[in-house]
Amino acid sequence: MKIVIVDESPIRSLILEEGLRDAGFTQVERIGEMHNLLKHIYASDPDVILIDLENPSRDTLEQMFQVSRAVRRPIAMFVDQSDTASIQASVDAGVSAYIVDGLKKERIKSILDLCVSRFNAFSKLQDDLDQAKSDLEERKTIERAKGILMKAKKLSEEDAYKMMRGAAMRENKKIVEIARSVITAAEMFK
Amino acid sequence: MTGEAHVKIGFIPLVDAAALLIAAHKGFAKAEGLDIELIREASWANIRDKLAIGRFDAAHLLAPMAVASTLGLGHVRVPLVAPMNLAMNGNAIAVSTALYAELAAEGEVAHPAQTARALAKLVARRRAEGREPLTFGMTFPFSMHNYQLRYWMAEGGVDPDEDLRLIVLPPPYMVENLARGQLDGFCVGAPWSSVAVDAGVGVILHFGCEIFACAPEKVLALRESFADDDHSLVAALIRALDRGAAFVDEPQNLGEVSQILSRPEYVGVDAEIIRRVLTGHLRVKASDERSDANYLIIGRDGAMRPDPRQAEWIYAQMLRWGQTRHSPEMADRAKSVLRPDLFDAAIDCAHIQREIGAFAGPSFGGRSYADYLAGFDIGQRL
Repeated sequence: MKIVIVDESPIRSLILEEGLRDAGFTQVERIGEMHNLLKHIYASDPDVILIDLENPSRDTLEQMFQVSRAVRRPIAMFVDQSDTASIQASVDAGVSAYIVDGLKKERIKSILDLCVSRFNAFSKLQDDLDQAKSDLEERKTIERAKGILMKAKKLSEEDAYKMMRGAAMRENKKIVEIARSVITAAEMFK
Repeated sequence: MTGEAHVKIGFIPLVDAAALLIAAHKGFAKAEGLDIELIREASWANIRDKLAIGRFDAAHLLAPMAVASTLGLGHVRVPLVAPMNLAMNGNAIAVSTALYAELAAEGEVAHPAQTARALAKLVARRRAEGREPLTFGMTFPFSMHNYQLRYWMAEGGVDPDEDLRLIVLPPPYMVENLARGQLDGFCVGAPWSSVAVDAGVGVILHFGCEIFACAPEKVLALRESFADDDHSLVAALIRALDRGAAFVDEPQNLGEVSQILSRPEYVGVDAEIIRRVLTGHLRVKASDERSDANYLIIGRDGAMRPDPRQAEWIYAQMLRWGQTRHSPEMADRAKSVLRPDLFDAAIDCAHIQREIGAFAGPSFGGRSYADYLAGFDIGQRL
């Protein structure tokens, strides 16, 4: 069975490909290039196409199924139109599947379930990365504010931190917000 | 109403979503007790699917797509209703500068009948020379863009299914493909034709309203079950959007509306381009401008009131191009998508009867489908 993954995110499509290969689907192809999408798909003639929901080329795919004489017609999108739970799960995860030929329903279900969990894993990865980035930014801001206070008030590093923490508690704010105010104030006094 | 009703609405970043975007932004929805959450989408397929499974309560949708979804064409059958039109017209047909030069060499290019005949001559010549067929882009098979292109070409004698290629492309990709020579022309909503003209790669050949006089372009679409569940909520939504449209239509608000729509979370293009679209004053090629007050109609002259005859007309276009087969039941289902009863329950406005009309060919009003379709040389018949 040939599966094509249409995804502009190379990392996500790689994660998806690995998952499918682990599950025993050996013929998996990834298309990241949106130009000439139709040509690529005609050339590979897949049984299943997986595409991320946010991909604007979804409309192009829909047309292909309606007019194309070259590609076999899809029998269904998603697993089954009555299977709303699967449809919702895949839409929530962000994956959409087009089944191009009459495949066994159970087979498609397993592919889709796998994709949903992989898509979810990817978005968790993305969230973790974003969180790590913002944690790092916050730490940098606090360090900078600490430096300003140490210099201006001749404080030790520990006392500078305590001072900001005290202000944060009094004003019911986060330390990073206090640190930002310190930096802003320092820039104004320059 | 106690508390605010939360309504999730999907939209595509296009100027013809103006009534919806302004209703949410200017607080008209809030005044009706609605808390509208707008979700910007990248494809019509996505909007349709999220509406179908209930992730959206309502959507900015292509009018023919609401009919197609209800009839189960090309996809899962999900009955939708459209209690109001969001826009009439607003598309344009643009061609590459190279194709424009070839068409102009054939003679006058002012009227669609002239350009269609010129196109037919070019198609025949290209075939005789063994060249690749021309390729035109549009945004979705069930769209006014598709029907405008096909109607225009066929009037000149070009069979859009045999003589050239019609492909679907996301609107933001059109201009680039025109520049690379992958496309020879396209029909798309604003502002993409203007973008092609500004970039010097395309010429606007015709406004959509020069092909069809007043074609329902986008509707507010709801699941039928949702619409029938809570009539007061639907009425509140209609009133809010009607106020949004009235605000858009007021000439003194033009600057403010253009600014709001240009925001990145809404349409995200230059306010000046949006202004041109809203006034119907467009640059059509490097040294030429053209105006048409009907280029895009948001709310004026009762345009928002849905008319089931518009859905019948859309169904007739679907029959002509073989997108569906005819049956009286299907025709009735199609007609039932546009719901003036829901509109009238919310708003009291004049019932202006308008023929959709076309630049050539038989008129649809009062005829049977068989009669209407028999009036064309190209296309399916009953």
